[in-house]
Amino acid sequence: MIEFLMSFWQTYNTLFYTVLVHGMLALSIYITLACGQLSLGNAAFMGIGAYTAALFTMKLNAPFGIALLAGGMLPAFVALIIGAPTLRLSGVYLAMATLGFGEVVRVAFLNMSITGGSVGLNGVPPKTELWHLFLVMGVLIYFFLKLKNSRFGRALEAIREDEVAASVMGIKTTWFKVWAFAIGAFIAGVAGGLNAHFTFFLSPREYGFDFAVDILTFAILGGTGTFWGPLVGSTILTILPEMLRFIGPYRLALNGLILVLVVIYLPNGIITVKKKD
Amino acid sequence: MFLQQFANALALGSVYALFALGFTLIFGVLEVITLAHGAVFMIGAFAGLTVATKFNASPITAILVGMMASGILGWLIDLLAVRPLRKRKFHHLAPMIATIGCATIIISISQGIFGAEVYRFPFDFMPTTSYNFWAIQLTLLQIIIVGVALSLMLIIIFLLNRTKWGKAVRSVAESPRTAALLGIPVERVFQLTAFTASALGGAAGVLTGINFNAIHAFMGGPIMHRGIAVIILGGMGDIRGAVLGGLILGLAEIMSVAYLSSDFRDAISFGLLFIILLVRPAGIFGSNIERKG
Repeated sequence: MIEFLMSFWQTYNTLFYTVLVHGMLALSIYITLACGQLSLGNAAFMGIGAYTAALFTMKLNAPFGIALLAGGMLPAFVALIIGAPTLRLSGVYLAMATLGFGEVVRVAFLNMSITGGSVGLNGVPPKTELWHLFLVMGVLIYFFLKLKNSRFGRALEAIREDEVAASVMGIKTTWFKVWAFAIGAFIAGVAGGLNAHFTFFLSPREYGFDFAVDILTFAILGGTGTFWGPLVGSTILTILPEMLRFIGPYRLALNGLILVLVVIYLPNGIITVKKKD
Repeated sequence: MFLQQFANALALGSVYALFALGFTLIFGVLEVITLAHGAVFMIGAFAGLTVATKFNASPITAILVGMMASGILGWLIDLLAVRPLRKRKFHHLAPMIATIGCATIIISISQGIFGAEVYRFPFDFMPTTSYNFWAIQLTLLQIIIVGVALSLMLIIIFLLNRTKWGKAVRSVAESPRTAALLGIPVERVFQLTAFTASALGGAAGVLTGINFNAIHAFMGGPIMHRGIAVIILGGMGDIRGAVLGGLILGLAEIMSVAYLSSDFRDAISFGLLFIILLVRPAGIFGSNIERKG
């Protein structure tokens, strides 16, 4: 039995790590969706975080914690710059700006020498331990539990339900939206840093639009009424492809189909919250 | 030299304009940012390529077939993914997410069918004649691209401004509910718009395929980013703005490649988009944007 468990763990521990990282990414887009905004740049933020953290540990020999923090701060800072002009406007502008931004980041990774160009970065030191992932996930769950009934969380919910009404009530809508976006970028960056230190290899191709759609699908499938939704969605969609290996190249088509069907037939996702009247 | 670059920019920009025109038309009338427009564009290019290689079709036939294929695809996307959301009142991001799903499905299936290879038009598909005007050398290809793109745009603008159909479309764009009260078949206008706008995307696809002679499953991505920048630049839903914005972006890209470096090219559209959001989010022709929730 013990032997079986050991070999099972040997085969699937990477998958387990990935489930946790994808969960963090799903939460990173959830916080923008929680105020009715769509960010298509979270794959790019993850990429910035991954490269930053990896360069910190590889080039500067920085402690892992510092590297992860840097990997979260830089995307958050970039998000503030993009978010400030964009989030004054209606929701579609953020989606379009982040879509373009993702492309710029990909081109930048490809052309900069410090990121290794099209070859990427090889030999990132293995530093991520399981307890790191549990710790970060625990902190995130605590944060989102507290968020729900906090001033910040209530402001986000008010903005999602009706932005005009929220602003009339005196909520500084742009300010809250920009911070939600930056926090999402921070989470995605840290997730990227953690991911880089157990896959040991970074390629600019991993952080493109396809992965942004993956992240979006995690959240939409699970439902965005509560933060448990994205976690459930990401877990299902990370484990499912392992069981459906035979669909191979059509995995993305499956993602697309899930997006369309869930938006049409299951607009609240799998995890639905009962509304209090 | 400068004039020659200008001619090249016109050819590139008119294709961007054609693509963005369809994009902005769908937004103006259906109020959906259809992120499947790039995939629709790619299918148009493949349809044109298929008739050109299998049936030795002429460039004009290839363009017409590409438009037809893209038009039908765009109509199907509207029918299957957007229309169900239109009937119920939904968050404004829902249709956009549905079109992302459609794009992913189309691109993934095309990749499954055509692989990751780059396809080319037959060698003798387009004669390589060129003409000299003063100091400018124009290829027949450039003349055809500009000619086709401009005439399609003029046709659309004529239809919108001078015909009964155009009047119906404009009134639906103003307010679907009022248009319905006035007896305009709103649903039919929506579907017709989706078809027409996607057909324009298909024409842009075939023209781009001929221009760069490279057709592949992912060719819709880069032009999608440019289309987004163009419609924000021109003002969302603004027809003149899309045309002018496309030409401006074409010019900016060609000039940056000529005088700066080609590494910048893919970043130009985002740079423009970001600047316009910073200084004039309503676009060139737009009036102030109302803050909608």
